[in-house]
Amino acid sequence: MSDMMDDMDEGGEGVVKKFMFVNRKAPHGTIYALEGLEVVLVSAAFDQDVSLVFVDDGVYELIKGVNTKGIEVKDFSKTYRALEGYDVEKLYVEKASMDARGLTVEDLIVDVTVLDSTEMASLMAEQDVVISY
Amino acid sequence: MKIGIMVSEGPYNHQASDTAYLFARNAIEKGHSVPRVFFYHDGVNNSTKLTQPPQDDRNVVNRWSKLAEDHGVDLVVCVAAGMRRGITDEILAPGFRISGLGQLVEAGIQCDRLVTFGD
Repeated sequence: MSDMMDDMDEGGEGVVKKFMFVNRKAPHGTIYALEGLEVVLVSAAFDQDVSLVFVDDGVYELIKGVNTKGIEVKDFSKTYRALEGYDVEKLYVEKASMDARGLTVEDLIVDVTVLDSTEMASLMAEQDVVISY
Repeated sequence: MKIGIMVSEGPYNHQASDTAYLFARNAIEKGHSVPRVFFYHDGVNNSTKLTQPPQDDRNVVNRWSKLAEDHGVDLVVCVAAGMRRGITDEILAPGFRISGLGQLVEAGIQCDRLVTFGD
């Protein structure tokens, strides 16, 4: 935190904001999910109030039985199970996204709260920072 | 208002960087401040001075550099995303610097708004 601009220099210390990360993409095919997870871990290290949301193909990031051998890329799905160790415990999935893909919470590797679109919207409205990818 | 910006896509292939630039420039013209732009994912490719777009097209990289020079905008390139894509200090255009993801989170904490541009 040494290279801050002057006008970024005041405040910040001890401020806790509500950060929401909206995961919208399948775990593989693009790098968004993997690199997105890195921001989540850093924001947790900054002691922020972190929530993760999984919508659209993003729900596939949490699916059981991922095997990436055939596409020769890293399988990072275990990281989602390690989030608890970083005090990231608020994980939400959108019901319509799950239904559209024939998924239930039994298919997922972590415990999540299922929200309908209206509940999801009000949760988003409560946030200070929403980062979506 | 203090506005932080995240750019998640590379130049030319995607409009995200153009839109982010126009947004930043106009916000500043309207009296807001843009203390930091954070380049992540393929957005790190906006920082290389090796780009040579055709003369009759806009120069996305130079535009960002000029915004930094004129208004003191802190252009931060994610070190991890940059290393994946071969972005090093040697090829950075003026005004850009390489740092960690903490700079993005810090912008989120300290700015009134964090606006993201990308897919």
